[in-house]
Amino acid sequence: MSGAPVSDFSRTPALADADVWKAFAEIPDPEIPVISIVDLGVVREVRVEGERVHVEFTPTFMGCPALDAMKRQMEDAIRALGAEPAVEVVLDDSWSTDRITAEGREKLRAAGFAPPTPRAPEPPTLIQLERGPFRCPWCSSTNTKLENLFGPTPCRSLRYCNACRQPFEQFKTI
Amino acid sequence: MSDRVELLLTLADDELILGWRNSEWTGIAPFLEEDVAFSSIAQNEIGHARALYELVARELGSDADAVAFDRAPDEYRSAPLVELRRLEWARTIARHWLYETADAIRLEALKGSDDAELAGIAAKIDREEVYHRIHAEMWVDRLLGSEDGRPRLDEALDELWPYALGVLDDDLRPELVARVEAKLGRALPEVEPVPRGRHEPELAELLGEMTSVRRSAPVGARW
Repeated sequence: MSGAPVSDFSRTPALADADVWKAFAEIPDPEIPVISIVDLGVVREVRVEGERVHVEFTPTFMGCPALDAMKRQMEDAIRALGAEPAVEVVLDDSWSTDRITAEGREKLRAAGFAPPTPRAPEPPTLIQLERGPFRCPWCSSTNTKLENLFGPTPCRSLRYCNACRQPFEQFKTI
Repeated sequence: MSDRVELLLTLADDELILGWRNSEWTGIAPFLEEDVAFSSIAQNEIGHARALYELVARELGSDADAVAFDRAPDEYRSAPLVELRRLEWARTIARHWLYETADAIRLEALKGSDDAELAGIAAKIDREEVYHRIHAEMWVDRLLGSEDGRPRLDEALDELWPYALGVLDDDLRPELVARVEAKLGRALPEVEPVPRGRHEPELAELLGEMTSVRRSAPVGARW
């Protein structure tokens, strides 16, 4: 299939995977709107099959209330392209914070959320979280301390920067 | 009901009921950080329960809310450990740590399951549970390291130990004994497990409260 532009008013058979990806790149994360669902890495696969668009969607944190909103927005975006959505929620182990794109990480940082550190072979420990070089998104100092493993949403911890004396939210690595 | 559905319900019911118990600290925990922590842990556990209920619902041709909320108390598979209402800090930490330790052992076993879907979901759940375990162990260390905390935690652990043993099947229990005793540096009382299938009186009370809004609306109401 070609990647020809799709007009809004015709059900064109020329809809390509790339058109769907492009539309998804415009869908903001409902809780952190600076980052799109594509940046977040939750869209695992897009497959245009005639008038149907199959999407494999991997939730981030399982208790995240934004998941339903993300799914609905993807369905709306596919309908706006003139196709029928089939969004499949895949509950396997394939999403990790490593799937957040480089661009997404930079957007998070610029908005004051410290992006998740890369996953290590072993799960994190309290000592690493307390002593590791976590960087303040405001002033870039690594002189920061863990305030709370948990934060306002399942994906975030709370830290405090000793250098610029600002609290900040640190994405958990999972 | 298939063995698979039984297993999924066991896991889901434990997480739902414990999630509810954890949420009882929302607004009244000893300090703000713990208010946030227990609320967040509750949200995770209920999220795990929801995903597991979705799988059950798919097999039974039902929906997840109906599976979660429309059963009679004696139809729940939850372990008595998670049903107990103990709004007291030492017992909360003791239950939290004992449950997370037992749950880690259970998830490790499930991650190796031949059932790829179950193994995948167990691995996904476990990624989040890592943070619950860090939190629980941090509190155990904190209480064990304090003159006032240690005896209180020890008393709570001894009280809840038979319930903790009841979370796991016979084959996984020795691993729980080994891990808990290694951390505490002492032997735990040799007791009979409080078995799954028996329910604490608090469960019916909890379910009554948890489902009150749902029951107040007509069947088929959309939320």
